[in-house]
Amino acid sequence: MSEQRPVGQPAASGSAAPASAFTKSEMMIVAAARELAGQRVCFVGVGLPNIAVNLARLTVAPTLELVYESGAFGSKPPRLPLSIGDPSIVTGATAIVPMFELFSFYLQGGLVDVGFLGAAQIDRFGNINSTVIGDYEHPKTRLPGSGGACEIAINARQVFVIMRQSKRSFVDKIDFRTSPGNLGGAEAAARIRREQGWLGSGPSVVVTDLGIYHFDDAGEMRLDSIHPGATLDQVRETIGWDPKVAEPLAVTRPPTAEEMRLIREELDPEGAYTK
Amino acid sequence: MSKVASMRDAVAEVVHDGDVVAIEGFTHLISFAAGHEIIRQRKRDLTLARLTPDLIYDQMVAAGTARKLIFSWLGNPGVGGLYAIRRRVESADPAPLELEEYSHFGMVGRYTAGAANLPFYPLRSYFESDLPKANPLIRPIRSPYGDETVYAVPPLKPDVTVVHAQRADAEGNTQMWGLLGCQKEAAFAAERVIIVVEELVDEAVIRADPNRTVIPGLIVDAVVVEPWGAHPSYVQGSYDRDNRFYRDWEGISKDATTTQAWLDEWVYGISGRAEYVEKLGAERVAALKPSGTAPSGSVDYGTYR
Repeated sequence: MSEQRPVGQPAASGSAAPASAFTKSEMMIVAAARELAGQRVCFVGVGLPNIAVNLARLTVAPTLELVYESGAFGSKPPRLPLSIGDPSIVTGATAIVPMFELFSFYLQGGLVDVGFLGAAQIDRFGNINSTVIGDYEHPKTRLPGSGGACEIAINARQVFVIMRQSKRSFVDKIDFRTSPGNLGGAEAAARIRREQGWLGSGPSVVVTDLGIYHFDDAGEMRLDSIHPGATLDQVRETIGWDPKVAEPLAVTRPPTAEEMRLIREELDPEGAYTK
Repeated sequence: MSKVASMRDAVAEVVHDGDVVAIEGFTHLISFAAGHEIIRQRKRDLTLARLTPDLIYDQMVAAGTARKLIFSWLGNPGVGGLYAIRRRVESADPAPLELEEYSHFGMVGRYTAGAANLPFYPLRSYFESDLPKANPLIRPIRSPYGDETVYAVPPLKPDVTVVHAQRADAEGNTQMWGLLGCQKEAAFAAERVIIVVEELVDEAVIRADPNRTVIPGLIVDAVVVEPWGAHPSYVQGSYDRDNRFYRDWEGISKDATTTQAWLDEWVYGISGRAEYVEKLGAERVAALKPSGTAPSGSVDYGTYR
């Protein structure tokens, strides 16, 4: 019979790890996972979303259904897949379907609550570039491209983004709009979504290695929580515009010992995602 | 009639210079064996179509087989880039590479339209994205039943599609399980189809479980039996993805010289997949076997006379 490790229990809201005991990446993954509390169906993107969503499944969102664009619904991977097409997302899943069905019936059919994406560049309105740095025809850096991100951004009910902050990634103007966010502001975005029949309401959370952003009434990113150990100066030095900051600004609850154990011992023992 | 052929003969007869070739498979069931044979036979001017070009197209591009790429996600998932392709795109080194870019759903729609003989496939994507500017073949169309606008993508009909699968019979009736990607759509859309399998089975095995037949022999030109032909990708239930190689490729492919040396050693320098597997070594091969079995339950189709 298959040799699968037992699925972890939801983490008790137990003891917090000391600030020195976790890295910025680990704090980011934990904060992103917690944002998934209460969500039902999540479309999992490649890279950091993969570990954040799997941590959520083992902690705050035990009933979360994981959808992988490779054609898996209801996956319960006993190991953290390096790729989003790993055999571990297949064995024991609820359904394996052709990609056509996944994109047509599950995503475009409106069954996905959260699309969880990474990105190379993001602007204050949550528009995402994962295509090129520089000019499209003559790129300085050729990035992977859309994959499923463009249709996820349009058809998932809401979009979560996880990415590390830097002046190169949080920019005033993205080089290429791969996946639309709040376009030039909330009002116009809402009108366009309505007119064009988008299912989604766009980005709602951006989690970075320094803090947690939500989107205000203008459709612009606002720093609502800063991670323990991070400073507002660091936030401003790694962002290409003057960011809005909530008052009062919360401090993110540090990872619990159980969240740390799950990341280091079960999900990413080799540190592929957290280094 | 048996369509069983050697990989060498199948590629020589079915793949021609200048063809549009799709070796599909989303992470799973990617026919590296066919890609390597195409490299060995020095096919040229191919247009390579795949959602995720993956290492196989990086290797085929590095070997000079391709002039153009049709794709939707260009990377080494969880690891990094595809550097042979990037060198050609970013610095035309050693020659430019034409790109035609979609999203995943767009590529799936293209194969679907190709398979179903439709002039386009409509989808709710690309709104307010720069992708239609980058690729003018992605076009808005108005619904004939109202004032809604959606985007259309054109059919993609490869000259050749290569599909790796768990098993087929000698006529090419093909069964697979695990992630199906868009293998079925790409096969039905193609002019010619090569099936590569881990195991050749009797027709009775296929007929005992017809729901699992993804591709009928009707559209298949050649059946190649090539165990481990998908390595370093994987075959559900047979062997795991060789993530170590996917990580190693990052270092190999970052430099044009080491990339060519790798091709010399692992593609040009060997005769085919059997020698490749031998070269991998028993230990590495054994480590890729699944850690346990997980058989499906069986279903009863019943007999009706």
